[in-house]
Amino acid sequence: MTTKIKIIINDKQIEVAEGSSIVDAAVCAGVIIPTLCFHKDLCVAGNCRVCVVEIAGQKRLSAACATPCEEGMEILTNSLKVRNARKQIIELLLSEHNADCTLCYKNGNCELQKLASDYKIMTQDFIQLAPLRKYQIDHYSPSMIKDDSKCIRCQRCVRTCAEIQGVSALTAAYKGDRMKIATFFEKPMNDVVCTNCGQCINHCPTGALVERNYIEEVWDALANKDKFVIVQTAPAVRVGLGEELGFEPGTRVTGKMVAALKRLGFDAVMDTDFSADLTIMEEGSELLMRLKKVLVDHDPNVKLPLATSCSPAWIKYIEHMYPDYLDHLSTCKSPQQMFGALVKTYYAKHFNLNPENIVSVSIMPCTAKKFEANRPEMHDSGYRDVDYVLTTRELAIMIKQAGIDFLKLDDRSFDQIMGASTGAGVIFGATGGVMEAALRTAYELVTGREVPFENLNIMPVRGMEGVREASILIENPLPDWSFLEGVELKCAVAHGLVNAKSLMDSIVSGESQYHFIEIMACPGGCLGGGGQPIPTNPEIRRKRALAIYAEDQGMPLRKSHQNPEILKIYSEFLTEPLSEVSHHLLHTHYTPRERF
Amino acid sequence: MFLNFIVFFQMCPVSELILNLTDQYGHERTSLLPILQGVVQQENYLSEYAMIEIARALNLSAAEVYGTATFYSFLEYKKMGKYLIRICKTISCSMKGKNQVLMAIEDMLKIKVGETTPDGMFSLLQTNCLGFCHMAPAMLINFDVYTDLTPEKVREILSGYLNRKGGANDTRI
Repeated sequence: MTTKIKIIINDKQIEVAEGSSIVDAAVCAGVIIPTLCFHKDLCVAGNCRVCVVEIAGQKRLSAACATPCEEGMEILTNSLKVRNARKQIIELLLSEHNADCTLCYKNGNCELQKLASDYKIMTQDFIQLAPLRKYQIDHYSPSMIKDDSKCIRCQRCVRTCAEIQGVSALTAAYKGDRMKIATFFEKPMNDVVCTNCGQCINHCPTGALVERNYIEEVWDALANKDKFVIVQTAPAVRVGLGEELGFEPGTRVTGKMVAALKRLGFDAVMDTDFSADLTIMEEGSELLMRLKKVLVDHDPNVKLPLATSCSPAWIKYIEHMYPDYLDHLSTCKSPQQMFGALVKTYYAKHFNLNPENIVSVSIMPCTAKKFEANRPEMHDSGYRDVDYVLTTRELAIMIKQAGIDFLKLDDRSFDQIMGASTGAGVIFGATGGVMEAALRTAYELVTGREVPFENLNIMPVRGMEGVREASILIENPLPDWSFLEGVELKCAVAHGLVNAKSLMDSIVSGESQYHFIEIMACPGGCLGGGGQPIPTNPEIRRKRALAIYAEDQGMPLRKSHQNPEILKIYSEFLTEPLSEVSHHLLHTHYTPRERF
Repeated sequence: MFLNFIVFFQMCPVSELILNLTDQYGHERTSLLPILQGVVQQENYLSEYAMIEIARALNLSAAEVYGTATFYSFLEYKKMGKYLIRICKTISCSMKGKNQVLMAIEDMLKIKVGETTPDGMFSLLQTNCLGFCHMAPAMLINFDVYTDLTPEKVREILSGYLNRKGGANDTRI
């Protein structure tokens, strides 16, 4: 049990756990202290000073985020001294900030702008430094834009890249007034180890790091009468989108989202969950095939554990960091790219459309998907498989621009023939979801029975623990799979690349022996993706995860192989998992990259 | 292929140096600074290649090495001349005629602050206080200190360097 201590905040006496910071303690007292460099996901930096408070008996003001409470501490959060100092601090931050707010992508969702607005900073007492400095905008990446003139050097992005992702593509370079957030030798983000995960974007309090948006391109396509514009929506979007449009975190807005997309003018609104189910069919088959080749044929060229390949930031990470382990990756494309390849082949053929006139758009909780769609190998349909990738945030912007009253929309359902999905497809949006979905199908394929977990809920792979393990003992398999009798299928799940690194290191060292691993680059999986609404924090991720599992629970079908449209596509087009057509359209290869 | 071959042989000394330095200082994160200093001592600056090799040796991200290198004034990350002149820019030296000295250097070497002579012999930089205020103005050439400078004196010093440049009594550190 933690010891409780008594402190006084603004005349109110409260009890808090020993060691809690003043910022956390203030929440218990019903006081909100403004913060900027502070983020629940990250270690304390205490560099922006916005959260200064006055502590009785101390001459200097202290940063509330970086000061632990002590017994009997008397704290003033709104004294004259605090207010004056705080206002000056915000003014100083603004003096170095390129405050062209009306031209900024983050206009309306900027923490610095909000502070300036809350504290009514209406004078410029300090010399405005931003116009005097030469700044460069790095817009070479298909995923993101880095604009140093908007940067307030709080280093949230640096901490995100180091602590959550373990990549450290960004660093604080130089010192003093010249200090800036830089990549190695200030190269474009596109040329360094950056995985495009977008977590830095999600954590940036200003417009210094934003996604590269394709909103106008999509509007143009929608306005073009010759184009047939198809949209797919990722599983995690339906549990995040509502937050941008007036709903509480954790609200499922699937039906409203579909209705809104139809109102925006998309010719067909379909579901990435469909291709998530398809991924399970392909990846599950690949797992079983690899198990057979390793356990029966003792083929030295086939590698285990099989690693999932749905997360494009994870793919870029392993290409940079573990280029010798690319054979472990499933050759399956991500659901987005499978969908893209099928839209301009299977779908076009079915509805007699010229694939040249199809514009394929995807709504993703992710910025790395923009990079993925841009990969040269993603043209298997003969065209660019996915033309534009929008984040959840960009879709929300389009819905607002179109003047759609999202709260009042009636639910609509996805279009055929790539719109049906199962609960297994939905849980792709949460960490552990791909694993759970794959096990539901693979186990049944092998044994003819359902996975031995209550209500198909494979609880050991769920949750927010960084690395989770599970194993399933295979007993009495069907005759085709008799070699799996008594095999204990060992699985591991990791989310956040820093956890992926520890899992990979244990595999590289030979310390861990798994058959199947699932890795998602973002904390919480896609629901905590870099393209999701800002803010995203542990509490919000937990709520979105609950929503995802509720969505799964509410689906009539919860196993990928039961999806009627999946059965249809195999019988009409793909023949069977891992067939030649599948290999051509649904599978890919990877490129080793330099780590440095 | 042939180009790669040349590059490989040109680069070898730095790689070897880094190998020796890591042997000496270890592969910890805390070994970074002495290794950076060691490379600068021999190479006069930290090239992109050197930083990458250091990152590889210490299992750090290249950006972290770059961040550290750019933080410290005496760790150069741009190619520097054989003799690196750093003239003190702080107030005591300024009051004792540092500007005249600087002009004399610029005039003699035909370079401005931040530049390197075309023959790659001299680079000119300004530095913060060297701790020689009582003998101002002061400057460093590589790691040798010169104090009580006047335009005449600095011309004499530089002439000395010009005469011995590349010569037998090259005393470069």
